[in-house]
Amino acid sequence: MVSHLDDPRVVEFDVRTDEMLVNMGPQHPSTHGVLRLILRTDGEIVSEVTPFIGYLHRCAEKIGENLSVRQYVPYTDRMDYLAGMNMNLGWSLVVEKLLGQEVPERGRHVRVIVAELNRIASHLVAMGTYGLDLGTFSPFLYAFRERERILDLFEEVCGARLTYSYIAPGGVTADLPQGWLEKCAAFLDQFMPVIEEYHTLLTNNAIFIQRTAGIGVLSSEMAVDYGCTGPVLRGSGVDYDLRRDGDPWYTKMYQGYQYEVIVERQGHYPQDHDYPPVPPEAVLGDSWHRFYVRMLEVVQSVHLLRQAFEFYRAAKDDCGTPIKLTQRLPKGEAYLETEAPRGQMGFLIVSDGNAVPWRVRARSSCFCNLSVTHELCRGCLIADVPAVIGSLDIVMGEIDR
Amino acid sequence: MAETINLQVLNRLLGWLGVDLPANHPLGLAMAAVIQCALILGIVAAGAVFFIWLERKLAGRIQDRLGPTRVGGRFGWLQSLADGIKLLCKEDVMPREADALLFRCAPYVSFAASFTAYLALPFSDGWVAQHINSAVFFILAVLGLEVFGVILAGYASGSKWSLFGAMRESAQVVSYEVPLGLCVVVPVFLCGTMNLVTIGNMQSGWFTNWLIWHDPFTFAVFWVYFTCAVASVNRAPFDLAEAESELVAGFHTEYSGMRWCYFFMAEYGSMLLVSGLASILFFGGWHGPVPIFELLGWSHRGGVLEFLAQLAGAGNFLGKAVVGVAVMMWVRWTLPRLRIDQVITTCLKYCMPLAAICFVGAVAWQSGVFGLFEAPLWSPNDLLAEKHRGEYREHWVLETAERDPAATVAGGRQPLPSARSGQPVSQPQADAWEETAVRPSSLTDHSGEKGGTG
Repeated sequence: MVSHLDDPRVVEFDVRTDEMLVNMGPQHPSTHGVLRLILRTDGEIVSEVTPFIGYLHRCAEKIGENLSVRQYVPYTDRMDYLAGMNMNLGWSLVVEKLLGQEVPERGRHVRVIVAELNRIASHLVAMGTYGLDLGTFSPFLYAFRERERILDLFEEVCGARLTYSYIAPGGVTADLPQGWLEKCAAFLDQFMPVIEEYHTLLTNNAIFIQRTAGIGVLSSEMAVDYGCTGPVLRGSGVDYDLRRDGDPWYTKMYQGYQYEVIVERQGHYPQDHDYPPVPPEAVLGDSWHRFYVRMLEVVQSVHLLRQAFEFYRAAKDDCGTPIKLTQRLPKGEAYLETEAPRGQMGFLIVSDGNAVPWRVRARSSCFCNLSVTHELCRGCLIADVPAVIGSLDIVMGEIDR
Repeated sequence: MAETINLQVLNRLLGWLGVDLPANHPLGLAMAAVIQCALILGIVAAGAVFFIWLERKLAGRIQDRLGPTRVGGRFGWLQSLADGIKLLCKEDVMPREADALLFRCAPYVSFAASFTAYLALPFSDGWVAQHINSAVFFILAVLGLEVFGVILAGYASGSKWSLFGAMRESAQVVSYEVPLGLCVVVPVFLCGTMNLVTIGNMQSGWFTNWLIWHDPFTFAVFWVYFTCAVASVNRAPFDLAEAESELVAGFHTEYSGMRWCYFFMAEYGSMLLVSGLASILFFGGWHGPVPIFELLGWSHRGGVLEFLAQLAGAGNFLGKAVVGVAVMMWVRWTLPRLRIDQVITTCLKYCMPLAAICFVGAVAWQSGVFGLFEAPLWSPNDLLAEKHRGEYREHWVLETAERDPAATVAGGRQPLPSARSGQPVSQPQADAWEETAVRPSSLTDHSGEKGGTG
């Protein structure tokens, strides 16, 4: 899109009085950080949306080429700061793939536990902020109430509440503390009934359905074309989850676990609870479906966690030891994508044989998810723009890196 | 209230000072006006302070938080006051692009509209700044002016977000005025008057006499009224003009400090106003669920006891109004916001037809479904039956005549002011006076004066 008129002299004679260019962001309450959108509006109708990114660029990839792989872990935390564990996991796995180093059984289950717990926390934020985008404040605080407890659990595990650096190449920094599993299980038991409250407040709410159903419909073809992943892709009805379909180096982490990939099959979502059904207004691939997929994924994560507790108790070995800072990497390159809460988070590492990688690159899930914005927002109303952006659940830290 | 202040308080005060001011001396009236303005301003401002505190506290409790707890003791009573001081001390920023004059005017236009509407709102039997026979009409009309402040603010801010907010506000408020008016018409025609004091007094007695129980249609129309009232005062889920997640802060994006505070006070003032109007039109106003003071016989005894009964009535009225406001807050902290097209759809497709159906239904009910039944159909509040209404009017006119026999001539009608002042009167003016002719007699001289000066 051209955000200015091509020939400035034309303005004098041919002012378009019916259109207005509005700058939304980078400081705007509902652009989820520092996203900037240029809206071309005709009254309330938005004819064109152009996202501008880069306001949170911190050279994360270049930094990775100046640090040893172990030192780079804290930088991955700061990419998707709402899912630090999953970022740590992606980086650690790709380094392990390059090293060819397996993590002991117990470490594998600890990783599943913290990654899935963080997925719940991340989806809670997605749900809460989506409520904010639609103008309801309370679900946000309800979501944060539960997330707070997850952060407390993480604090016990690794001392940090947001940037954990807990999963490191070679294992995890420390085993789970004594009695932590019981606390976590107690949290899950209290959390399950709360999910129904969220559904009552949002999913089933008539106004919520009016605001989201049929808004920002992303067809499965378009989702695949733009490289959308995660709940955005599954919300469009594409049955694809890296935990099941990904790189063997990643999928073996989930070996032995029973869970459903949340995607609509023949008009039905796999669900073992009595959560609200799909309203007749909702079209597959719209904002409502993306939201709903996240809500159901939370339940699957709870199931995964409960299984992981059993596996963890059964595993008698250790959690693995993180590699040393000076550990030299073998010559070569490795690329691995993991299923982060927002989609496929890929890391590429190229080594020339030193401890410091020669190249580090990250493949952002939110970047691809955001790239469909201009397609989804074409012809919608201004109020729908936050509704669409919110349903894509972007984190600018991950897009700009 | 004017005559009370003028005749009793002022005269007594001046009597102590040794000054003998004749009744309805312009100076006395001016002083009465100042006192009343101060009273209403106090109610609106104190109301806003209280409601901001209440909103924060309610929102906090709804959201599993505590809300304010620090300033002013355990419940944070003084939080709004602290906020007010902060707002007073804030720098008053005006964007360079703004239209300076309009930008400065806008908050006052908004606030003045909300504030002026209180002029006709009775707080208890006869406790009203200005007895206006068309009080309902006056309140709706003046409340509608509030939108001008918002449009001015949006236009003058020189910000696109503000402009969007103003556009939305104008579209929304203008649409919702129509069903709101239709809803208000139902109790008005049931009572046969637009005088809020009369409407309130016609619902005296037990809570079954409240108009909301009069027939199914008044019951239904209350909910339509409440929806429209929420929309016309711009509260969630209809708070599109300041839709935070879309328009940053809508029309008041560029406002800060005290100017912003005026918009805020106008909003809370309007909330109390529409809730108060609902409480008079549908919930008996100052007449409680149980007529304690009438059973005790204090209501018309005069003196301190009657004053106490009146005061309790005012408390009763304010209590109902605050419940209405609290429900608005509850709704705000629960529901997502509607989209502009959905807001207008709600108005045109649901509120309008519903209000119209309720209106027609209430008419049919009152007339015994066009003569099929003895009119009207059964209703718990028998006071409103046709013959009672006539009696009530009769009683009311007689009562006023007793109080001030000189002012009332036969049938409760007063001679037109023109007849007294001898000035030529245009037909619209005469109509206006005709309209205001039936009113508590003690105000006769006001209308006379209006005729003289107007």
